[in-house]
Amino acid sequence: MSTAPHQHRLAVGIDLGTTNSLVATIRSGQSTVLLDEQGHALLPSVVHYLEAGKVEVGYAAQLQQSLDPHNTIVSAKRFLGRGLKDIGDTSHLPYRFVEAPGMVQVETRAGIKSPVEISAEILKSLKSRAEKALGGELTGVVITVPAYFDDAQRQATKDAARLAGLNVLRLLNEPTAAAVAYGLDNASEGIYIIYDLGGGTFDVSILRLSKGVFEVLSTNGDSALGGDDFDRRIFCWILEQSGTQLLNPADTRLLLTKAREAKEWLTEHASASITALLSDGALINLSLSQQTFQDLSKQLIQRTLTPVRKALRDAQLDISEIKGIVMVGGATRMPQIRQAVSQFFGQEPLTNLDPDKVVALGAAIQANVLAGNRSDDDLLLLDVIPLSLGLETMGGLVEKVIPRNATLPLARAQDFTTFKDGQTAMSIHVLQGERELVTDCRSLGQFELRGIPPMAAGAARIRVTFQVDADGLLSVSAREQTSDVEANIVVKPSYGLSEDAIIGMLQSSFSSAAADKEARALAEARVDAARLLEAIDAALVKDGDTLLSTEEKQAIVSEMSKLRALASAEDSTVIHKAVESLNHATEIFAARRMDASVSQALAGQTLNTLEI
Amino acid sequence: MSNFLKNHFELLGLAPRFAIDQTVLDQSYRTIQAEVHPDRFAAGSSTERMQSMQWATQANEAYRTLKNPTARARYLLQLQGVDTEEENNTAMPTEFLMLQMEWREQMADASHDQDISTLDALLQEMRGKAAELQAGLQIALDQEQAWQTAAEIVRKLSFIDKIRHDVEHEITRLED
Repeated sequence: MSTAPHQHRLAVGIDLGTTNSLVATIRSGQSTVLLDEQGHALLPSVVHYLEAGKVEVGYAAQLQQSLDPHNTIVSAKRFLGRGLKDIGDTSHLPYRFVEAPGMVQVETRAGIKSPVEISAEILKSLKSRAEKALGGELTGVVITVPAYFDDAQRQATKDAARLAGLNVLRLLNEPTAAAVAYGLDNASEGIYIIYDLGGGTFDVSILRLSKGVFEVLSTNGDSALGGDDFDRRIFCWILEQSGTQLLNPADTRLLLTKAREAKEWLTEHASASITALLSDGALINLSLSQQTFQDLSKQLIQRTLTPVRKALRDAQLDISEIKGIVMVGGATRMPQIRQAVSQFFGQEPLTNLDPDKVVALGAAIQANVLAGNRSDDDLLLLDVIPLSLGLETMGGLVEKVIPRNATLPLARAQDFTTFKDGQTAMSIHVLQGERELVTDCRSLGQFELRGIPPMAAGAARIRVTFQVDADGLLSVSAREQTSDVEANIVVKPSYGLSEDAIIGMLQSSFSSAAADKEARALAEARVDAARLLEAIDAALVKDGDTLLSTEEKQAIVSEMSKLRALASAEDSTVIHKAVESLNHATEIFAARRMDASVSQALAGQTLNTLEI
Repeated sequence: MSNFLKNHFELLGLAPRFAIDQTVLDQSYRTIQAEVHPDRFAAGSSTERMQSMQWATQANEAYRTLKNPTARARYLLQLQGVDTEEENNTAMPTEFLMLQMEWREQMADASHDQDISTLDALLQEMRGKAAELQAGLQIALDQEQAWQTAAEIVRKLSFIDKIRHDVEHEITRLED
């Protein structure tokens, strides 16, 4: 039931970066970054909360960094899905952090803001840029995330998109997106390494490219290492050299900005001069040479090579087997990084695409495919889960259930039993990470299993299934399965934002009345219904007679007419119910179609093999 | 029969043997994923998306199992109704146990000395031993149908896989 061919759907790729964000789309067959009204491609990932509920995003907000540091949030991505203790040293950050369960929040004049809400402001700005440029509402988006993002960070990104009113077709790993942009341009085959040093995260992915299939072999990284850290090294050097101590937030922000400017200047020049007038009247006037900067950053660069070695080992590859290295992220412009990488691999890295844009360009290509605009099915991305998933066992140890670098989507089942007579509930602690101790891994939450039928201790057999979808997101389901009791068990995750919290944020972000919300829901339900009917119609024309009996076909057609009759209904829940029951009625049909397409494809493959 | 109900070998178009054609395995896997992967149904109905995820999950599981020699042998034995008893049958020939102990000692010494190249060499040696055992598996499974012999080799390989994993873990720890 693939989509109808005639209708072009507006789909974009969004690179939600730590420092800068971008949006791109496919225009006349070419992936293109969309510009704002002033002609800028980059949107600084900066959000400024003003008086009276106003919000500025991007360059305007960036100008306020030093003037209004408490209310101007930069690099919010570093806090997505993170608790205060995960962030580490916050002394150089001018924010008023508020610890909250699951994720840290920031106090601003507009109230306490979650990093999800702050990121949603950036996404809203990109959404409006795209809708203006493309002249219509977006059908769907692909948002990129660092490959090394864990489940909580991914979920937070998806929540931000939902708050911004975006339909997420897929969360795509940044290095994979870059590989798509490069691979399709260069028609490459072989094994490639993507070295992606962003503003706040470092990722490395190893991919095998073969006939349009991008297979991620391994991924590694450091989700707390990026270009920002190079700024901070320069910042510390400035303080040391000038003997300055104890800065107020505005001075901190000013010197961090000066540090970033010096870093960028040193890409093309042998030395940079740093001058700044602090609020107490002290003048800083320094000169930083390329050589000194290299010494300052040596350790950081070494830190990026450790994940590279790990990824190579996980993929069981030798450096000599690498066909090319793709450099991604603005920070890879630093000459010392290019030098270190080419020395490590014994070959020059590929830099022919703009390292700031390549991720968004790749995401746009994938968005176009996922929205159903591309008919030639020659692009397939097979990505992996970056970090192992495990369960807490006796003594605070973690038992791995799903190993890192397993191809998505995937599922694993594990059986549990009760240890007390009549026990009806149990708790499962799910963790992500490679270390052995619970305290060293990221807690994804305590899942509560409730509704276990009362039995003698050890008699219940509860099968818990961990499913990780193509976005790398985990869901847990459980079922008790002894001889004659088969009860579904309610599983509740306890991390990140609760459904109630998201709905609360959604409601507060709509100034509109309840009637408007219903109107919006109704419009969405109608679009859903029309899309489903159209898809099933096309599928019936193609396969209805060969794959269904007359009665089976009749049953589907009858559900379709029921839904059609509701086309003008004023109640979105009524339409939703009819959509659901039509979906249910097509289960067998969809299964047979998938089966037939697999059989046909495998048969075609055998023929090809014979012809060779 | 529905493709979805086939065993891993049938699904990937291979004869149920230990010796497999890697090219056919890779190619069939990609062919199936190209049809069923969730990316193909991102704009599809919820029914299609659900089925696509189940299918793609099964294809990944089949590929992962058949690609890895130990897992492949274990699965072949499972199809024959033979349990490899890796959890509870730890009886091993003395010679093999000695080798294990020797490796463990070498690993501990090299870790203590933070000697990554010795650990790398140890990995290499284990790979060699594993390859030797895999050659034996091929004879036991494909030629002699000697299931119990094969099960014992799987138990040995399982031991080696575990210690290899531990050495890799140790190297990672030292590099950090």
